Amino acid sequence: MAQGCVYALVALGFVLIYKATETVNFAQGDLMMLGAFFALTGATVLGLPYWLTIVFALAVMAVVGMLIERIVLRPVLGHPAFTVVMITIGAGYVMRGVVTMIPGWGTETYALATPFADKVMRVGGVVVAEQQLAVIGHTALLCLLLYVFFRFTRVGIAMQASSQNQLAAYYMGIPVRRINMLIWGLSAGIAAMGGILLAPMTFVHSNMGFIGLKAFPAAVVGGFGSVPGAIAGGLIIGVAEALAGFYLPEGFKDVAAYVVVLLVLMVKPSGIFGDTATKKV
Amino acid sequence: MRFHFKTAYDQDLRLFRHGGQVFWYGFLAVVLLAAPWWASAYVMSQLHFIAIYSIVGFGLMMLTGFTGQISLGHAAFLAVGAYTEALMQAAGVPFFISIACAALFAALVGVIVGLPALRLKGIYLAIATLAFNVIVEEIITRWHGLTGGNEGKHLKPVEIFGWKLASDAEFYYLCLALTVLCCLACVNLLRSPTGRAFVAIRDSEISAACLGVNLAKYKTMSFAFSAALTGVGGALYAHKIAFISPEQFTLFQSIELITIVILGGIGFLHGAVLGAAFIIVLPQFISIAKDYLPAALAGASGLQATVFGLVLVGFIIFEPLGLYGRWLKIRTWFELFPFYRKGMFRRQKSYMKSERLR
Repeated sequence: MAQGCVYALVALGFVLIYKATETVNFAQGDLMMLGAFFALTGATVLGLPYWLTIVFALAVMAVVGMLIERIVLRPVLGHPAFTVVMITIGAGYVMRGVVTMIPGWGTETYALATPFADKVMRVGGVVVAEQQLAVIGHTALLCLLLYVFFRFTRVGIAMQASSQNQLAAYYMGIPVRRINMLIWGLSAGIAAMGGILLAPMTFVHSNMGFIGLKAFPAAVVGGFGSVPGAIAGGLIIGVAEALAGFYLPEGFKDVAAYVVVLLVLMVKPSGIFGDTATKKV
Repeated sequence: MRFHFKTAYDQDLRLFRHGGQVFWYGFLAVVLLAAPWWASAYVMSQLHFIAIYSIVGFGLMMLTGFTGQISLGHAAFLAVGAYTEALMQAAGVPFFISIACAALFAALVGVIVGLPALRLKGIYLAIATLAFNVIVEEIITRWHGLTGGNEGKHLKPVEIFGWKLASDAEFYYLCLALTVLCCLACVNLLRSPTGRAFVAIRDSEISAACLGVNLAKYKTMSFAFSAALTGVGGALYAHKIAFISPEQFTLFQSIELITIVILGGIGFLHGAVLGAAFIIVLPQFISIAKDYLPAALAGASGLQATVFGLVLVGFIIFEPLGLYGRWLKIRTWFELFPFYRKGMFRRQKSYMKSERLR
C-alpha cells in the first residue's frame, strides 16, 4: 500500500505533465531520484530538520523542472509525441549520469534519516509500521493540497483551463507557455516528494529512478490524463505487486505491474478512468 | 544540380537511379569487401557490431520510420532471435535453417505483440511494448530449464555445411551478406504496395484507412517484418557475443536500438546504418575524450550515460532529421551551390497535433 502511494505520486507527476502539455515524461523517475538526492543534501550538508528538508527539496526540484521545460522541451513544442518521449528519455540519461559525477552523491547508497524510522503502531491489534503510515499520510495530504490548489487558486484554474484546451486558454489571455513551465515545476516537486517518501524504503542511490518505470503502468491503468485515475492506478499496482509477491511464485512480483497493465490495455485501451471517445474526421 | 529524365518504364524498377549511385555503392562494396585486409582485429569486431546493429536498425526503421509505430520493446525480439539460435544450434540444426527459424519465431512473437497494437496508439503502444519487454526478460530469467536463466547460454561459432566460420573475416562476410540481403529486402518492400501502405499509415492513419488500406493487416505485417529482421540480428548477435544472458536484453538495450533510428534519421534506410555506426563508435570517442577531461569527470561511471543523453537531446533539438539529414543538407548545399537557403529542410510549421477531442 505504501509502495503503491509512491507509485501514485510518480504517476501523478506523469499525468499532470501529460494533461497540461501532452508530453509523456519518461524522466519522471529520474526527477524523483534527483529530488531524493537534494533532500539528502539538505539533511546532511545543510543540516536542516526533516520538514525543512522536504520544503528545500521541493523548491529546488521545482526550479529544476522549470529549467528542463525551458531548455529542453520548449524547442520541440508541437513536435510528434514520439520525439518528445525520446527527448525526455535523453534528459533522464543525463540526470542519471550527472548525479554520479557530483562529489558527495556519486554511485554509493545513502540512507535518509526520518523521524518515523522503525517505530510501529498498534491499530486495533494490527501492527503497522509508522513509516508506511507516514507515506500514506503524506500522499493524502499532498493530494488534498493539490485539490485545493487546482480548485481555488488563480494559477490552478489557469492550469486546468490550459490542459483542457490550450488554444482557447491562450485566447483567453492565459500565458500557456508559462503555465506549462509551472506545471513542470509542480510535477518535479511532486516527484521529489515521491523520492523523499521512497528513500527510507529503498535508500537513495543513482538508480532509484527506475521505479518510475513502474509508475508508468500505474498512470496507464488509471487512464493517462486522469488525476484520480493516477492515484487509483498507483494503489492498484502497489496492491497487485504485494499480493503477487505473497501468493505467487518468486519472480511474479517484478512483472505483476506489467502484466496488469497489458491486461488493462487489452480490455480497455484508455485505462479505467480514461475517456473513450473516438476521433472525428 | 543533376536532373534525370525518365525515358523508359524500366527506370522506375532499377535499384540505382543513375551512374553516380552505381559508382559510389560499388566503391563502398569494394571497401567493405576488402575490410579484412585493411582493418585491424579490433576494427573488424566493431564492423561486426555495426553490421548486426544495422540489421536491427532496418527492422526498427521499417516499424518506426516507415509505419510510424513506436516500440520500446525491440530488445525482446532480439532476445527471442538470440535464444532461438542458441537452442537450435545446441540441438544441431544447420545454420541456415536455425537463422530462418529465429526470424520466423521472432516474427510470430511480433504478431502477438502487434495484436494489441491495433487498438493502441502513441504512448499506450510504447508502454505496452515496454511492458512486453520487461515480461520477456523476466521469462528468460526464470525459465531455467530452457534458457539457463542468469547463467546464460554459450554458443559455438557458425558452421555452414561443415565449414566452420571461426575467423573474424569469415564471420564478417556472413554478417555483411545478411546485412545486404536485409537491406535489399527493405528497399524492395518499400517499393511494393505493402511498403506504400506502411508509409500511408505513418502519414495519416485515417486517410490510409479511407484509401482502403487494411490498418490491422498492415500494422501486424509491419510488426512481424520488423521483428523478423530483429530476430536475424539477434541470432548474429548471439554468435558474435558467443554468450547470451538475460541482462543483455533489458529495456536499456531497447532504448539504445531506438536511438540508432533517431540518430541516423527517421525515415531513411541509410539512417539505420549511419545510426548503428554512430552508436558503436560513440563509446570509443568517449574513452578517447576521457584522457582530456579532469579526473573527477572522467572517473565518473555515469559519463557515458550523460554523453549518450546529451547526444540524443542535441540531435532531436538541432538535427531532427538525424545524420542522414545532415548529409542530405550538405549535399544539397553543394548541388545548388550559391542558392542554398537556410530554411530548405525546415519542417512546415507544425501545429500542435492534439489527441484530445475537444
